[in-house]
Amino acid sequence: MSITVKNLDYTYPSGVAALNNVSLKINKGEHIAIMGANGAGKTTLIKHFNGLLKPTKGHVLVNDIDTITSSVAEMAKIVGFVFQNPDHQLFLTTVEEEIKFGPTNFNFPEEQIQRDMEKVVTFLNLKNLLKRSPFSLSEGERKRVALASVLVMNPEILILDEPTMGQDAIQKRNIAKMIEELNQQGRTIALVTHDIEFVAEYQPRVVAMTEGRVIADGMAKDVLTNLEVLTKTKLRPPQITALAWEIANQKQSFPKDVITISEMKTKLLALER
Amino acid sequence: MDNIVQIRDLEFSYGTSRQPAIREIDLDIKKGEYIVIAGLSGCGKSTFCRCLNGLIPHFYRAGVMKGSVTVDGLDTREHPLYEITQKVGMVFQDPESQLMALTVERDIAFGPENLGLPREEIRIRVEEALELVKIAHLRERAPHELSGGEQQRVAIASVLALQPKILVLDEPTANLDPAGAVDVLNIIENLQVQKKITVIIVEHRLELALQSATRLLIMHDGTLVFDDKPERLIEKDITPAEVYGVQMPSLIQLFTQLMDEGHSFSQIPFNIPLAAAIILSELGSARSTSE
Repeated sequence: MSITVKNLDYTYPSGVAALNNVSLKINKGEHIAIMGANGAGKTTLIKHFNGLLKPTKGHVLVNDIDTITSSVAEMAKIVGFVFQNPDHQLFLTTVEEEIKFGPTNFNFPEEQIQRDMEKVVTFLNLKNLLKRSPFSLSEGERKRVALASVLVMNPEILILDEPTMGQDAIQKRNIAKMIEELNQQGRTIALVTHDIEFVAEYQPRVVAMTEGRVIADGMAKDVLTNLEVLTKTKLRPPQITALAWEIANQKQSFPKDVITISEMKTKLLALER
Repeated sequence: MDNIVQIRDLEFSYGTSRQPAIREIDLDIKKGEYIVIAGLSGCGKSTFCRCLNGLIPHFYRAGVMKGSVTVDGLDTREHPLYEITQKVGMVFQDPESQLMALTVERDIAFGPENLGLPREEIRIRVEEALELVKIAHLRERAPHELSGGEQQRVAIASVLALQPKILVLDEPTANLDPAGAVDVLNIIENLQVQKKITVIIVEHRLELALQSATRLLIMHDGTLVFDDKPERLIEKDITPAEVYGVQMPSLIQLFTQLMDEGHSFSQIPFNIPLAAAIILSELGSARSTSE
């Protein structure tokens, strides 16, 4: 399953032009992070991946299906979308009903639904909350319920808007582990995030956006260490990169494109000799 | 008096649960400290904040509070909320929940107006609050049109207009993008340094917050499991913060790993320039002395 974005423009009904000639190809099995300041068009872009928004100009193809001609329901089986604000997708009285809603609606067999649900609730540490109302849960917990209700559909492409926001360190690590695992199973993952330390650690392909345009697209190591891109997208470099720059200021031979702790350690120990 | 906050044997259970949300908390906070609170979601951080500004016990009346909280000489059980809020200002995660007026200026004036202060005094306080958080240029704007970071600064200004001595912030940057988070944390640091306001902040972005912290509290299961200078975190006799779900900034992880390999440093840096200086002056010499 791949996503192809061709010369995409999107203008909101209010007249705000949110995307300007965006072209992008996400291959099957890729893991990409879309980064940029608030208002750069990140969320508008990913809402095109499941047909929630239709292009003003240009095309978005999910595999070979043009999202202009397909319904959101049709796309929902292929593309799972997890919103930034979980309250935008939770509406039932218990966590269990919430998770079963999608597959039940598509008439999946009962045993399969049960099996898939158990898998995702174990995965996301929600077992003890199944009988609770989503609205009695903390924001972090509601976010995981929203994620579970999408994962249970086994989508081949998973779109996540700010998955780590409001999560503590342990949940963050769980989410990262889950994303890695889903990706290893061959699923395509596209996420929007501000969390540069998270991206530095897991190193997906990074697409940087500003003012409705893609201004950089490449390996995390290259994009996150590019000062011009970081400045335009109002991102701060990862702590490790900032340290590398500071050291390079005084020791010119020191590499400036370091983003992970382990790489930094290797470079520092080399420096020492 | 030295301690601006005094907490003795504090315990609180919400009416819906017999299990206390927080328990066995004893704490003294000195004037002008910058305290960062970390811990897993659900560990009691927000409940603890509510105890500091009197929401507990005055608002959460179904719950049971034991022990005592004294802020700037006021026992929170014995004084009404409007008195406590002039001592302790509280800022929440979602600024929209705190803003309600049609312009920034009106929002900031709301608190002092409710205290029945004279017009001229209100004007002075609003101007000062606008200056302190650097939003004078936004005074005529509607809060709901502003960015998240700007809204959070308005929320802080509204609280400052009551001239509190203590500022309690419960995840004030959780909904902000990195630029907004840095802005807000810079403003808060400035308040602590320039106005000597005591800051108590629940914050997940330790890589930013620990740069200003004089003290770190880690909460776990409703109680304090670490209460010390942030530098102490990586010492051998201390339980690693990861055990309590608190992720150390990557800078600190790097230094910890280097120390695990036998290097030693004169201090543990929480900001980049200091870290670079320490690495350049100490990393090589450690080896030359050991050889």
